[in-house]
Order: sequence, then structure tokens, then C-alpha cells
Amino acid sequence: MSRLGTITRRSFMGLGVAAAGGLAVGYYMYRKPYANPLLAMASEGDAVFNPYVKIAQDNVITIIAPRAEMGQGVHTTLAALVAEELDVSLDQIKVEHGPPAKAYFNAAMIVEGGPHPFFDESFIAEVTRGTMNVVGKFLAMQMTGGSSATIDAYVKMREAGAAARMVLIEAAAIQWGVDAASLSVSAGIITNPADGETLTYGDVAQAAAVLEPPTKISLRPRAEWKILGRSQPRVEGFEKVTGGRIFGIDVQLPDMLYGTVKMSPRFGARAISVDTSAALEVNGVLDIVPVETTTGSGFGIIAENTWAAFQGAEALEIVWGEAPYPANTDDIRAVLDKALNAKPDFEMGGKGNVEKELANTQPGNIVEAVYEVPYLAHATMEPMNATAQLKDGKLELWLGTQGPRIAQGACAQLLGIEIEDVTVNTTRMGGGFGRRGEIDFSLYAAALAAKTDGRPIKVTWTREEDTQHDTYRPIAKSRFKAGISETGEMTAMDVDIATASIMTSLMARTYSSGPPPGPEKIMLEGALGQPLTVPNVRFRAHKADLQIPVGFWRSVGNSYNGFFHECFLDEVSEHAGKDPLAFRLSMMNDDEHHPAREALKKVAAMANWGGNLPAGKGQGIAHTLSFGTWVAQVVQVDVSDDTVKIEKVWCVADAGLVLDPENFKAQMMSGIVFGLSQALDQEITFSDGEVEQSNFYDFDAMRMHQCPEIEVELLENSPRMGGAGEPGTPPSTPALANAIFAATGQRIRTMPLSHSIDFA
Amino acid sequence: MQLTINGIRYDLNSDPEMPLLWALRDILDIKGPKFGCGVGECGACTVLIDGEPIRSCILPVGDVEGAVTTIEGIANGENLHAVQAAWLEHQVPQCGYCQSGQILAAVALLNTIPDPTDVDIDEAMTNLCRCGTYPKIRAAIKDAAKMLGDKS
Repeated sequence: MSRLGTITRRSFMGLGVAAAGGLAVGYYMYRKPYANPLLAMASEGDAVFNPYVKIAQDNVITIIAPRAEMGQGVHTTLAALVAEELDVSLDQIKVEHGPPAKAYFNAAMIVEGGPHPFFDESFIAEVTRGTMNVVGKFLAMQMTGGSSATIDAYVKMREAGAAARMVLIEAAAIQWGVDAASLSVSAGIITNPADGETLTYGDVAQAAAVLEPPTKISLRPRAEWKILGRSQPRVEGFEKVTGGRIFGIDVQLPDMLYGTVKMSPRFGARAISVDTSAALEVNGVLDIVPVETTTGSGFGIIAENTWAAFQGAEALEIVWGEAPYPANTDDIRAVLDKALNAKPDFEMGGKGNVEKELANTQPGNIVEAVYEVPYLAHATMEPMNATAQLKDGKLELWLGTQGPRIAQGACAQLLGIEIEDVTVNTTRMGGGFGRRGEIDFSLYAAALAAKTDGRPIKVTWTREEDTQHDTYRPIAKSRFKAGISETGEMTAMDVDIATASIMTSLMARTYSSGPPPGPEKIMLEGALGQPLTVPNVRFRAHKADLQIPVGFWRSVGNSYNGFFHECFLDEVSEHAGKDPLAFRLSMMNDDEHHPAREALKKVAAMANWGGNLPAGKGQGIAHTLSFGTWVAQVVQVDVSDDTVKIEKVWCVADAGLVLDPENFKAQMMSGIVFGLSQALDQEITFSDGEVEQSNFYDFDAMRMHQCPEIEVELLENSPRMGGAGEPGTPPSTPALANAIFAATGQRIRTMPLSHSIDFA
Repeated sequence: MQLTINGIRYDLNSDPEMPLLWALRDILDIKGPKFGCGVGECGACTVLIDGEPIRSCILPVGDVEGAVTTIEGIANGENLHAVQAAWLEHQVPQCGYCQSGQILAAVALLNTIPDPTDVDIDEAMTNLCRCGTYPKIRAAIKDAAKMLGDKS
């Protein structure tokens, strides 16, 4: 067992103990704070207050935002949390990602991993959430994902700002010999109202940093916020309109080499033979080296520039072994079919007696539908890449990663060095969507760096390599069955979902271990835990055993279950003879469903739902609660010339509390375009064990001329804070499919929708 | 080979078959143009050659005729180009990776059509954005058109 694997297994054993109620040990460990990583790397004269705030002698205030900035604006919002309490404006500060460290764990990411719906506030649900929080710290996951960064940071980063402000004021009070309570502070300047004297934070930073941090911190009430709750310009906006060198691919180091990889196009297979002669003849190619990792097997090309490396990769002649999974899409789909019809692996979150209710329902009142979605690639704009240097037994990495600590551990393991000997510099990212939480691009750079005699090497994947070596959104197929009463109420809903296990795939490639114990809720999320009052429901998950790497793809299980669930509700409403909006509202009768009802009513009003539309046009509606945010959308299409033009999307989102309204709306817009792109020809298929798509000409996304007008409004009825990055995606596709039905009478149950109808 | 980039003359001693993009990024250390696809499909590598938007990932550097402008070359000293200013004002960029190319495509559009319609924008702005910033790009182009119109 590898060192990394052992640590992981122990951590997950910890999960088992804590989840079983052994909280005493958990709480002791939980209350012990992690070391402050900034202390070890502080420069001369830096005053370090806590893991989030340091102030240099020249009064430069640095805020650490230890989450991946991949477009979602998280650096701005996290910095705003600290700045609000520190009492400085955003243009007074520098924002850095900071080093990988346990201190930056993300507990919120797995808080919702338990079986309870988001709105369940029962004792058991709360205890489970509390336990999950403790587990998050044990795992010390410094992970950006699950639309969780802001929720996780909301209290702790404001406290970090407040704690620093309090000691800064105290230091000024000591210097002036006055009572700290008599001083005022604004924009980083401390004033003594008695004599008008002022001190900047930089003036007292050194003295303040050695004072005992406060034990009692009271945070400002929302009514007094100056930065939070208001839209802020992005801290990295200027760089992004001037071609700033901020991405991993822009890293430039002295004496740097360039490289790329050519990994087995059949996952889990290796080369049987290789002829490197033509590749080595390419002008600028220096070396071809084998690459063996837990994520793939293949070859690295070391060259004088990226273009030479790409040409070298193309000139390699390799015979690859066979794939350990069915070689083509039809056979893969057959495995999925078989899983759907086999005994379920687990059942979760049901109530009542579905079988009995359906047996007592007239056959004419039973609605049944089967839905299917394909594998999908992330297709981030910036292809996977990383820069690495191995010198004197120490590895330094420069890369855009959503999980710096995981990358650090995996590279240490690969090279057989200590984790402390791996330095990670996290850059900004040209898109992530879940893809950059993987370790493959870090491993390949580390593997090549071991062959360059200490010179740094930037390893950039071609778009083809990126498309064909993704950790795909899994293929999924579902059967939904509902019983309707004589008066048109849904009395039972039976849900069976077959898909590949992301956790099994992820744990095998990342830790060479099996999946964590217990049911994998993400297989059902988006169908499970939705606001719906149905007396008899059952959710059953069927794992399809396929050795094709699958991973987290913007909104994860919600990306397909949202589609299935909301398309199905539309079909049930049709059978019940009801309007899709009225039907949904009539099925959301619990008090906790209030945010969903309000979001649906508001979005319907914005879209003039039920109004007269010209022939050929149609509107579809959907609502999905995901990542703690309630999102209702209406899509309007024009199919009057037999091709679908997506004209407009109205969206209402309720995240309980929104810290930056414009950014939140931008995330909804982004999630919608990402979701709708699926409908337009996106699919990853297999032939001869290899991915058939390779570049944007056969795996594209929505373009300007296809993009609808998008209008977003926000509500704050939800009692708890939800995420922003992902929840916009799930309702977009069902709202589109339902709109196409409204316009044409055609039900499309399989993605991409473009297989069944043409799009403009 | 001699190249003029952002008004500066460079002597280049690389393989003439190397795409302009890689000559810019790896040889001349001009990192604004981004690598997205390598086949001219996404537009992240867009540069202007004599004002025309060109996908530099498929143009051999030996075939370049004319003055090259990259994102680094469109501001006037400290003063951002109107398109850049509009981009900031509308907070267009999310991940930002495609935006160098989007901005240059918009600059080229406004040079030919100072007051573009939605159809003009659809036809000219073919660059891919995975963050889905298209509605903001559209709005920013219209604002930049106004800014430029007011100036002239």
C-alpha cells in the first residue's frame, strides 16, 4: 500500500468512526488549529496575522484566497469577506492564492454528502452535517468544487479579517497610550478622534502581529456591510483584458524546456510497441520518455518548444494494448442497460410504498419514461498543462489546479520524495468545471521533470490529447414511473438511475484504492432531494461497471438527473392534464418548499408564462435545487422553420444570501450556456476502445450566434446559503426540452437533443 | 525572418513552418495570444495582421506578411482601447482565457463596421467562450461602438 493510499484509507476510516457517533475524538482534533502556512514563507518585514492576512512593511496588504480562480470570481468574493471586516477597500489589497496547506481545508464541500435533502433541518440531518464538517477537516481537503468556496469561507474569512483589525487597533492604542475602544478605523487608517492623529495598518503591523489574537470576535451585521452584498469589480479584471500572464500555460522560467504527452488512447491499456525514430528526427525534439502513472500510461516528448513537442508526439508510432471495457458506444450502452435492469446497488431517501401504490393505480394513470445522456468532456478553453522542476530532490510545480494538496501528494508519491519537498504555485485557470481537480496533468509534468537534469519543463497537452483523455461526465440512463390519481395528483414516483460511479473511478486513479464506503449520493442528486410533495417515492441507483474514467463535471449528478427529473415532471403534468407550472406548484406543498414556489412564480412572471405565443414558439419550465441554490428557468424557443432557435432564457435563483449580485448572475448565465451547450451535438463516443471526438470541430459548445438572451433575477427566501458556480446548469436542459415539446409536441428524452431535431 | 509585432521589429530564427502562435509564445515570450485548439476552431489565438483578425495557431510564421498586433499592443500606453474599457465596464471576462482573442475580434469588427447590428456581431464574433460570456460580449461591443463613435 502506498503512503498516500494509507493516509487516505485512514482518513476514511476516521469518517466511518465519526459517522458512527464517535465524536469525542473528532471534536478534540477539530478544535486544534492547523499551522499557519504563511509563517514559514513570510519575507523579511512581513507581519502575518493568520492564514488569510499579511501586511508588509511598505503597507501592502495581502489577502490569501486559497481557492481556484477559474472564472467564477471566487478570488474577488473571498477577498471581500476579509476586506469587509479588515476595513479596507478591494483596490487597497493584493489577492494571492497562497500555498497548499491543511489550514485551507474546505469543509463545506462535503457537508451535503449525507442522505438528507438540503432543506431537511431535522436533528438527524443536522448531526450528520456537523459530522461531515469534522470529516472535512480531517481530510484537510483544500479543494475547489461543489459550489462550496463561499459557504465554507463565509464565517472563517470574515473572522480572519476582524481578528487582524482588532490587533491592529490594539497596537495603535498601545503606541498612543489610549483605550482601543476610543479609536476609529476606516480604509486601513486608524484615527484617534481625540487629537486627529492617524496611523496606517503598515505603521503598526509589526507590533500588532505579535499581540495575542482576540478570543472573542463579533462580526459586523449585514446592515453595516460596505463591500459584501454589493457588486465588485473583479480583482483580476485588468489582467484579463490586457493579455496578462496569469494562466498556467503562461509560466516562463529561465532555461525552461517544453513538452507534451501522448498517453494511451485506450484507458487502462499500455503500449505493446513503440517506434520513436521519426519523432526523434523532428527538429527541436530532445528526448522521448515513458510515462507510467495511476492515471495513464504513455510517452512524454521533451523538446525545445511546444510546436516541436506536438510534432514529435504526432510522429510517434505506437501499438497500444486492448481496452479493458467494451470497445464501442453501443456495447457500452448495453452495459448501462443491463445495470438499469439489474438489482439496484442502493436505495436512498424514499418514503411510503411505491410498489403498492403503483399496483393500485389504473394502468391508464401510470406514466413511464426512459431517458439517456452520453459521456461529456469538460473542454476547458485552456488545455491541461503544468510546469515542473525537479532539482536536488525537490519538486516545484506551477499549475492551475482545483486541488493543490492532492496534486502535491500524488507527485511526491510518483517521484518517491517527501510531500514537504513539493512546492505548488497555483495559477489562475482558463476554465475548470471540475476537470482541474484531477492529478493527471500534474503527474505527467512531474514525470517529465525527472528526465531533464534539473531544468524546468512546461508540459502542454494538445486539444486532441485533452479531449481524448478527460475524466468524463458519466453516461447515464434512467427509468421514471409515476402514478396519477383521478384528480390529477402524482401519488407515486419510482426512479431508477444507472450510471458509472465517479467515486470508484476517482479513488482508483488518485489513490489506487477502492471507493469510500456507503452509498454514492451524487448518482441520484438532482432527482433525489427535490422539493416535491409525493406520498410514495423511491430512488434506486444502479452502478454500471465501466473502466472509462469519469469525474466531476459542472453540477455532477444534477447535470443529468436534473434533466431526467424535470423532463419527467413535464410529461406527468401533460398526462394529468395540467399546466407544467401549475402542476409543479401544486406538488410543492411543504413549508420548506417556499423558495422553490417563489422562484417558479417569479420566473413565470418574468417570462409572461401562459401568455399567447405565435405558432412555432414554445416555452418550457424547470426547477432544480442543487448545491443549496434553488434555480427556476424558463426557456423560449422558435421552431417555426423546423430548426430550434433558443430565443431567451429567464432565470430566478435563490441562494439565501448573495455576496456579489452581479457575479452571481454572471455565474447563472455561465451555467445556463454550459448546460444548453450539451443539447447541441455534445457527446463523447467510443470506437475500438478510443474516444472518437478530438477537437472543437467534433466536440463544440454554444457560440455567439446560438446564444439566447439571458435575464437573471435573485431572491433570498432560502434559510441557508447556497453556491453559485454550478446550480445554473441543471434546469437549463430540461427547460429547453420542455420548450421544444411545447412548440412541436415532440418529446426528446435523449441527449444531445440535436440527434432528434436540428438547431440553428 | 523579420516580423513587426506591436510596432517592434524582431529578427526570428525559427522553423518557418512553426505557427505564428508558438513563435509568439515560446520564442518571443508574448503570452497574450492563447493556445486553445491548434486548428483554427476556437479563436483564442487571434491576432491582428494589418487589422485583420487572424488565427495564429494555423498560420506558419514564415507566411506572415504585414504588421502583427496582439492584445498587448492595442492600448495606448496607460490608456486602454475602448473595447478593453467596455470589457472591464461590463465585467465580461470570467476565466478570461478566450478574452484576448474576443477583444481583438471585436476591435477588428469595429474597425470595419463602426456601428454593428446583432447580425454583424453574430457573423464576426465566432470565437468560442466556455464560460458563456456571449451576452456580455455583445453588450460590451455595443458600448465600445458608442465610445468610439463619440470620440470621432
